[in-house]
This record gives sequence, C-alpha cells and structure tokens, in this order.
Amino acid sequence: MGTRKGMEVSIGVAESAAMCDVDVIAAYPITPQTHIVEHLSEIVADGHLDAEFVPVESEHSAMSCCCGSSQAGARTFTATSSQGLELMHEILYVASGMRLPIVMAVANRALSAPINIWNDHGDIMACRDTGWIMVFAENGQEAFDLVPFAFRVAEDAKVQLPIMVNFDGFILSHVIEPIVVWDRSEVQKFLPPFKPAQRLDVDNPWTFGPVGIPDIYSETRMAHNEALKGSRAVIEQAWDELHAVVGRRYRAVEEYETADAEVVFFTMGGVTETCMTAVKALRAKGKKVGIVHLRLFRPFPEEDLRKALLGRKAVVCVDRALSTGFGGPIASEVKSALYGHAGAPPVVEFIAGLGGRDVKIQDFIDMYEEGAKVAAGGPVPPYKLVGVRE
Amino acid sequence: MSTQLLNVYAAKLLPEQELFASGHRACQGCAPALVLRYAMKALGPDTIVCNATGCMEIISSSYPETAWGVPWMHVAFENAAAVASGVEASLKVLMRKGRIPQRRITVLAQGGDGATLDIGLQALSGALERGHNFIYMCYDNEAYMNTGIQRSGATPFGASTTTSPAGRKDFGKHQSRKDLTAIAVAHHVPYVAQAAISHWQDLSDKALKASQQQGPAFLNVLSGCPLGWGHETKDTIEMVRLAVETRYWPLYEVLDGHFRLNYDVRTPVPLEDWLSRQTRFRHLFQTENKEHLRELQALVDLEWEILAERVKAGAQFFKARPELVGGMA
Repeated sequence: MGTRKGMEVSIGVAESAAMCDVDVIAAYPITPQTHIVEHLSEIVADGHLDAEFVPVESEHSAMSCCCGSSQAGARTFTATSSQGLELMHEILYVASGMRLPIVMAVANRALSAPINIWNDHGDIMACRDTGWIMVFAENGQEAFDLVPFAFRVAEDAKVQLPIMVNFDGFILSHVIEPIVVWDRSEVQKFLPPFKPAQRLDVDNPWTFGPVGIPDIYSETRMAHNEALKGSRAVIEQAWDELHAVVGRRYRAVEEYETADAEVVFFTMGGVTETCMTAVKALRAKGKKVGIVHLRLFRPFPEEDLRKALLGRKAVVCVDRALSTGFGGPIASEVKSALYGHAGAPPVVEFIAGLGGRDVKIQDFIDMYEEGAKVAAGGPVPPYKLVGVRE
Repeated sequence: MSTQLLNVYAAKLLPEQELFASGHRACQGCAPALVLRYAMKALGPDTIVCNATGCMEIISSSYPETAWGVPWMHVAFENAAAVASGVEASLKVLMRKGRIPQRRITVLAQGGDGATLDIGLQALSGALERGHNFIYMCYDNEAYMNTGIQRSGATPFGASTTTSPAGRKDFGKHQSRKDLTAIAVAHHVPYVAQAAISHWQDLSDKALKASQQQGPAFLNVLSGCPLGWGHETKDTIEMVRLAVETRYWPLYEVLDGHFRLNYDVRTPVPLEDWLSRQTRFRHLFQTENKEHLRELQALVDLEWEILAERVKAGAQFFKARPELVGGMA
C-alpha cells in the first residue's frame, strides 16, 4: 500500500533511487538538481544504502563514470540539469550507443546565456536525439514512481538503453508534495535485480566501445533505433505492472477532458496541472476544451498522439523551449506526426515559461481564445512567446 | 620484490601470453603498441582496460576484430580516468555486496599525451584526487599523432608539428612541454613513475609496482612515433633510448613521496645527437636557430639538476595516504 509522506520532490527522487538499491551514484552539483545528490550521499553516509557515491569533478566525468560503472555491472544512477546536461552531451550518445542502462533524473532548467537557473525545457530539447528513453513527470508522485519504472525498462534484456526521468526544476524539484513511498515488497515485486547481459569480466573478456567502420556504422544506428522504438512494448508492460503493484496508471499520452473537446491543449511536464485548472474554468463556461499531454517523449508515441488529436478543430501546443530561429520543438514534432493524415487539425504554437517565467491560468485562457479562433476557421497565426514584452 | 627483476635478463621471466595481441593495425615502428604489450604482460589477465580515444584505441578495436585479451572499454577522448573511476567503484561495491567474487583486479586507464595532459587533464586530476584504486598510464609520443601530428602540451620546445610548423620566420613550438609527471606527483598519490619503451624491463617493473599499490598510480611512458618524430621505423627504440641517454627523459619514480632515479645517466649524450636524427628538429640546426638549440639543452640540464637534487635529498616530499584513498563510500 505504501506510506504517504510529505516531502520535497528532489528528496523523493533520491529516496526512490535508494529504494531501487542503486550500486553506484556519480554526480556533480548543479542547481536545481543538487538536493537529489546531497540526499543520496546522506543516505549512503548514514548506512541506509550500500552504494559507492563518486563525487566527480564535472558532469562530463559524471556521465563517463556512469558508463564505466554500468559496463562493469553496477546499477547506476545520476542526476543533472541544464549546463550540466549540456556538458555531458557528448557522453550521452556514448551511453546509449553502448546500450548502458543508466538512469538519470533531470531537473529541467533553462540554458545560458544569459545564465538562468529557473525552469524550462531548453536543456532537454537539446538532447532529443541522444538515443535515450525520455519520460516527463508532472508531479512529485510521478517523479518518484518513474525512477523504479526507469530501472526496470532500462535493464530489460530487450531494451538495454539509458533513461532520463525529467521533472521541472524548482516548480517541481523544490516543492513539498505528498508522495506515497513504496513498500519494500512492492519494490521487490516490480523491480528484479540487475543482471547485465555482458559486463567487464576478467573471466570472459569482451571489447566494449570499438571502432565502427562505415561498413558497420549504419547497422549499429539502425539497431539502436529499433531498440529505442521497440522499447515501447516493454514500457507498456512496465506501466501495466506498476499499476498492478501500486495502483497508479501511466500512459505514453494522457488525456484530460477530451471526450468532446474541439480545442485541445498539448502539453508536457509540470505546466499540465496549471493547464488543468484553466480547462476546469473554461469548461465551467461551457467551452469544449481538453488537454492531451505527453509523458513519453522518446520513443515518440506518434500513433497514440494521432489517436488523441486527429479530428479535433484545433491543437494549442504549449512548448517550454524555443528552437531559436524556428519555433516550438514539440509543436514541430506534433505537426510532423499529424501531417498527411485525414482530420489533421491546425496547430497553434505557443512558447511559454522560458527561464522560469510563470505561466498563469489566465495565460492558458488567452491561449485557448487564440485556439478557438483558429477552430472557428480563422487563419493559423505564427508562433508566439507568451507574455513577452516587446 | 619486483625490483629484483632489474638484476637479471628478464625476457623469459615475462609471461608468454599476449594480452595485447599482434595483428592490430599499428604502424611499423609504433612504440605505444609495444608499451601496451609489455605493460599488459606485467599486469596480467586480471586487468580491465579503459582506453581513451587515440591511436591505440583505433588500431586495436576495429569491429569485429580486437587485439585485447582482457576486458576493454572505450568511451571517449578526454575521460578514460573518469570511466576507470566508474569501473573501480562498480567492482568495489559489487564485491562488497557479494555479487561478484572477491578478487584483486587491476583497472588500467590509458591514453596518449593529448588525451592525458591536454583534453583529459581534468578527468585525470579528479580521479587521482578521489583516490580510486587504479593505474593511469600515458603513452607520450609528444604530439597528436592520430590526427596528423598536431602540437600538444607534451610537444617539446622547438619541435615542428603540423600546428606549430617551423617556417621561414618561425622555429616550431615556442613553449616548453608540460611536466605531466610532476602534475601527477602533486596529487600526492602512492606511486608515480616515468618510464620509456627503450627500457622495457624498467617499464614492466613499474607497471607491476603500480598494480601493487593501494590507491592511484600513474605512469608516464615516453613512446616514439616514426611518423611524428621523423625517423626510420627501425630506429624507434634507439630514438627513445637516446632521449633517456641525453637526460631529456629521466627514468625515475616517486614512491610515497620519495624520489628515486632508476637509471643514472652519468655521462649524458649531447642533446644535439638526438635532435639531429629527427626531422621535427631539423630546422633547429639552421644558423638562425642555433640559439634555440642551446636553450633546449639548458632546459634539459636544469630539469635534470632539479630532479637529481630531489633524489639526493632523500627526503620524503609528501606522505601518500593509502589508508584514506580508495576508501570513499
């Protein structure tokens, strides 16, 4: 049944990693992720978790150390944010290319310059193509639950890929929320011990990370892509079992008030809950509006998304990052998923909440109004930055 | 004691087993490949290797072939020490938890001079400071040979490389090399040694000694490159030997803060005799550059003098704390 406790979400993420009995944690401090690794090192120092905490000298070394530790057979966890994620960038591709089941919590934060420690999705959007599985939590409980989920999927013999568990910096990471902590028996039921398919073993020497000449490189990329796409079945199975064990149901694409919705918001991450409040207010005025929100970002759930969006009168896509010189990164993927399909609705693009700018209920109501105009046959406006002063 | 090996002709005392096998793609006359061969003979099969990107990674691991008879891992260029940190931490916790058998396993991180003292210096410093139980070995051939002989922090003063070319108005690299061995010493780790492929018994011995430490050990091994240094492929060993005989590359070790010279060059060969055999220094023999030749000789003399003083002093320059290192968690 678990135990309901009030705790800061970062502390929850650390408790969740400890609950998964991780063997090695390699991490470097960066706001707003620091509370996770601080708390994990406390847990280790107090003897509640038998693990090696490696206080590396940079995020680049954090991810490099994780690669070594995972390849040697340890269940490996790290956490980062923003500039730290970017410093790791090079090694993110290696971790996934070498098929290492590392789990990383990312407290999403804006990128410099100007330096800004607050929340948006600029950091993670720069890592879209790194070949990791990526999920987004919308509240503390989800952030907590998605850690054991991530280990289970990452370590599955059919997957063997690293996973990023994303949650919004500060607006989630530093908020105290009620979180149901799993019972030991629930963890044991859900998460089997880590048994690596191959590891660095002196009795059975393998060469890991060799040169891939042109004759083999395309095949390795294809195998990686197939594994990432194929992970979807394992993800669904894990969510089914998570539901069976702790009673909470997760889906790749979630819907809220969509049964008769003509205009739907499309969101990802913590803003979804503010958006829900706005939708309630709009529904009270009789507006046919709902939300389709994305929990699974990679592998990208195109089919589910089409099922949820085709036939609507308009989609209001709320991006938390700007692809500079282009527009909203999520909006572009949504449009690409809808393109050429009958009943594809127009997509109205907004970029909101950059660098910690509040996205208020009224902002969603204003975005809805724009969407409603398009739903009524009005022209699709170019993308806009919400609330920006010109 | 392993040092006793120095007193006998040791070729037959090294194991026949090749853990870094022939058939790899190294150039003729490649010294780093020999460094790996002899180091691996000394370290034995209970070794895990973390290779930085570079010549030795490229020539040994072209899928689906491998030269490695031990578990081997390559991640990237600048992070071999960080990768080795993770491997060591993993082995330690898995043994403690009883998930793998208790056993002494050597973790060897290795890379060229670029990977070690330029782009990888931070990762190396971090791993030495954290006190992981591992060996870092740099095969120093004094430039980025894999990418086409660009200057590195290890390239000596006056050498011509593709990014410090000697020209009509320039004499090659203006700066002296970075003293990587001293940087490693400054971390006060249990064992630091400087070796050269020409003295392979000394090298094997130092590799073995490094593996016997509790905590980090560091080896800096001079390894020639016919292509980058500009000499015939048959002369690699002789060129490296001359570097030692000229006092350019002293063979010494620092064990728990004590400096010890492993080979006392009593009558040094003039530096010019070594430089004149390599095209990378050819321009220094032109009249207008003669003064740079003298500068280089003066640098080598000074460095030897400082080292000799430390050895003579017999003092303990620092105290390594093996009881503290490797003891995180």
